[in-house]
Amino acid sequence: MSRALYLRHDKLGMGFLMVLCALGVLVPVLNLALPVTSGWHVPTYAMSLMGKYVCYALLAVALDLVWGFCGILSLGHGAFFALGGYCMGMYLMRQIGTRGVYGNPLLPDFMVFLNWKELPLTWFGFSSFGYAMMMVIVVPGALAFVFGWFAFRSRVTGVYLSIITQAMTYAMMLAFFRNDMGFGGNNGLTDFKDILGFNIQAQGTRACLFIASVAALAGCYLLARFMVHSAYGKVLIAIRDAESRSRFLGYRVEHFKLLAFTVSASMAGLAGALYVPQIGIINPSEFAPGNSIEAVIWVAVGGRGTLVGAALGAVLVNFSKTWLTGAMPEVWLFALGALFIVVTLFLPKGIIGTASEMLKNRRDRQTSGQTEEARP
Amino acid sequence: MRSRFLTPILAMLALCASAIGMSASASPADEAFAKLASDQFPQIEQGIVDLSAIGTPEAAGVLEALSETKLFYAPDKSLVIKKSEGQLTSPSGAALTEAPAGLKQVRINNRVRRALESALGSLTLISPDPAKRKAAAEAVFKARDPLALPLITQALARESDAGVKDTMLRARAAIVLASSTAPDLERINAVDVLAEKGDQDVLALFSTVKAMAPASVKQAIDTAINAIERRLALLSSVQNALYGLSLGSVLLLAAIGLAITFGVMGIINMAHGEMVMIGAYTTFMVQEVIRARYPALFDWSLLIALPLAFVTAGAVGLVLERSIIRFLYGRPLETLLATWGVSLMLQQAVRSLFGPTNREVGAPAFMSGSVDLFGLTITSGRLWIIVFSLVVFVVLSLVLRATSFGLKMRAVTQNRRMAAAMGIRTPWIDSLTFALGSGIAGIAGVALSQIDNVSPNLGQGYIIDSFMVVVFGGVGNLWGTLVAALTLGVANKFLEPLAGAVLGKIVVLVFIILFIQKRPRGLFALKGRAVEA
Repeated sequence: MSRALYLRHDKLGMGFLMVLCALGVLVPVLNLALPVTSGWHVPTYAMSLMGKYVCYALLAVALDLVWGFCGILSLGHGAFFALGGYCMGMYLMRQIGTRGVYGNPLLPDFMVFLNWKELPLTWFGFSSFGYAMMMVIVVPGALAFVFGWFAFRSRVTGVYLSIITQAMTYAMMLAFFRNDMGFGGNNGLTDFKDILGFNIQAQGTRACLFIASVAALAGCYLLARFMVHSAYGKVLIAIRDAESRSRFLGYRVEHFKLLAFTVSASMAGLAGALYVPQIGIINPSEFAPGNSIEAVIWVAVGGRGTLVGAALGAVLVNFSKTWLTGAMPEVWLFALGALFIVVTLFLPKGIIGTASEMLKNRRDRQTSGQTEEARP
Repeated sequence: MRSRFLTPILAMLALCASAIGMSASASPADEAFAKLASDQFPQIEQGIVDLSAIGTPEAAGVLEALSETKLFYAPDKSLVIKKSEGQLTSPSGAALTEAPAGLKQVRINNRVRRALESALGSLTLISPDPAKRKAAAEAVFKARDPLALPLITQALARESDAGVKDTMLRARAAIVLASSTAPDLERINAVDVLAEKGDQDVLALFSTVKAMAPASVKQAIDTAINAIERRLALLSSVQNALYGLSLGSVLLLAAIGLAITFGVMGIINMAHGEMVMIGAYTTFMVQEVIRARYPALFDWSLLIALPLAFVTAGAVGLVLERSIIRFLYGRPLETLLATWGVSLMLQQAVRSLFGPTNREVGAPAFMSGSVDLFGLTITSGRLWIIVFSLVVFVVLSLVLRATSFGLKMRAVTQNRRMAAAMGIRTPWIDSLTFALGSGIAGIAGVALSQIDNVSPNLGQGYIIDSFMVVVFGGVGNLWGTLVAALTLGVANKFLEPLAGAVLGKIVVLVFIILFIQKRPRGLFALKGRAVEA
């Protein structure tokens, strides 16, 4: 265990975790305990919105783990996110029970509409919360494992890997648009009622979902941080910077990459699973290749390879998206496009990377100034 | 073989002769007219059937008048037709000066109306308009009413138009085949006539008749069904191949510009689709100007749009390369992100300028319509796109192979420092190469505006497919792009009937993903040191 694992010495990481703790306690308290008339009251919709940002931040952290530390630019993380979301959506659909429009106790409405007689095998077990949560982790992880197994073993790297991950999410989108897949086709899964017996619209449930999202982000951040700061993480960084050289040094590059890719996909799936109950719908457009690329820009804005930066970037970009699409909808795409260009051209290290570099430079200058003064 | 075809014709000739003799004697017509002049529905119906068998123009006139409730009869059982101007005529068309006393309308009920409609249907077989005759013959073919047999035989004898005659022969053969009373030999001959131009309808007819046919007829039908099915299978695979080629050429058009920017230069240009879109919108602008100012030039609009689209998209590409991409050489993943940003901005710019809805781009006269190839109907738009994409491919290959610019371009991509040492201005060549790739994408936009919706999202639909084509074909290789585009197009079309359009596309995507695992550098991989660079 290296010294870097001690959080005490990592001001940035400590700060991030403290902010998360504060958010996780304050926002629900301000929402539940204060009356609506109070100036400090956080409305429920704002809490759900923040919950959404936190889920995006989790997706960004997952992406940063593979892109920032392993050099795998995945343009398919939206697919893992959506798969986790679909697993959660299936559980929520099964909870509707007889309260659907057709009142069928076994089948969700869209299956009754398609005149299906029994639940497809893929839906087996999704009435149990535990099983569904396991699937949220396992399904995206398994897809990433199989995909990565083939891709890394045959040494598909760089741009080629990006393009085939994009093709993967595109193919998944086409597949989920089909009604025959049994996942609601075009309309996806929606109209959820309960989660674990609690009304999904209720304020208390929303607060719990928010806390769960914040906790998941903190947990995944710690896990990712542990991974990249361990000896394993050093090899990952070596692979990112010189893949062939690491291989020649005797490391099984594909195994290292595969582990990072699979863990990252499971994290993305978890993010999707927390996202769906707060948004209330999951449909195939979540698989759209554009979404995955947008997630990449969150990471780039915040700072690639910093984990905290990825989360920060996701929140910043999505906050400005919410604000701009409300205030000036036609400007949003210009702004996002410009952001892509500006960040790649002028801020290649992102906000956190640039800021910490500036800090370091100043400190260096100060110390070197002191030594020069001290010399004569 | 020949005698087999001759026999039914001779038989028909004989029948026709007797039919003509019948109509000449005139008395059966009068008898039928008399039957109509009644208030008993069964009798009227019998009269209609008789008249339809007689099939003279007078009979047709009377039946038409009856269907328009303009037929009357006098107490002496003579018929009177009231023309729309109130004029009265006899069935033969002679005008009556005064109305006979005690005229009564010939009434019809549903049963009579049905008989009347079927009679009128078969009577159009002798209408002066060939298109009507053909339609009537097709109706007879579908109905296979044995009562229409004498009539169609009669019509066949008079028919002069070869196409209509063919249809009538088939209709007659269908009736003969379907009737259980016809001699076996004649039915077998009918099978032959039908099998000659067998399609799905004929197959359906065969399978219904087969169940009740005697052994010899059954055997003939079986052979005929086999032959038709073979022919149809062949036709459908030829059709699939052609459609696949046309889809492949669309892919080729969309991807060939990318084969330059991505394949040759290694730039991941996610804004490539938007260059295609710019080309399509240029076409739209050209057509708008032509519609407003010079309508006579409309057929030339695409030709005028081609150079303009090339220049417009090329200029955008040049600006893009000079302002953004040149700072990112050697950082492919960053290029990907920056050009994605450019593509978002271009989309939004077009959306703000032209609105989010689809814009109408018309097809010039030579591209509309269809071509008939051995029983296959192909729209000429599809054929033109195949031709056009091949022309673009050839021209581009020539530019790369046979011009000084192409030579410099290849030199720079193969060994940049050596090329610079030889006095080539490499940054300038980079810009021009990127502009060339973008311009080609613009040209593709002109063609794609003919088959796709011209909307701000036009480019998005092609970007993934284009990358797939270039990666599948092998980077840095135009031939690879050609082969990959056509292969994927044809594969897609052959998968479509098996798996459906969407699933077929998914299968192709999964195949490419697996293929890249096996051959990460594509079908036609470059060998040597350039690979690692």
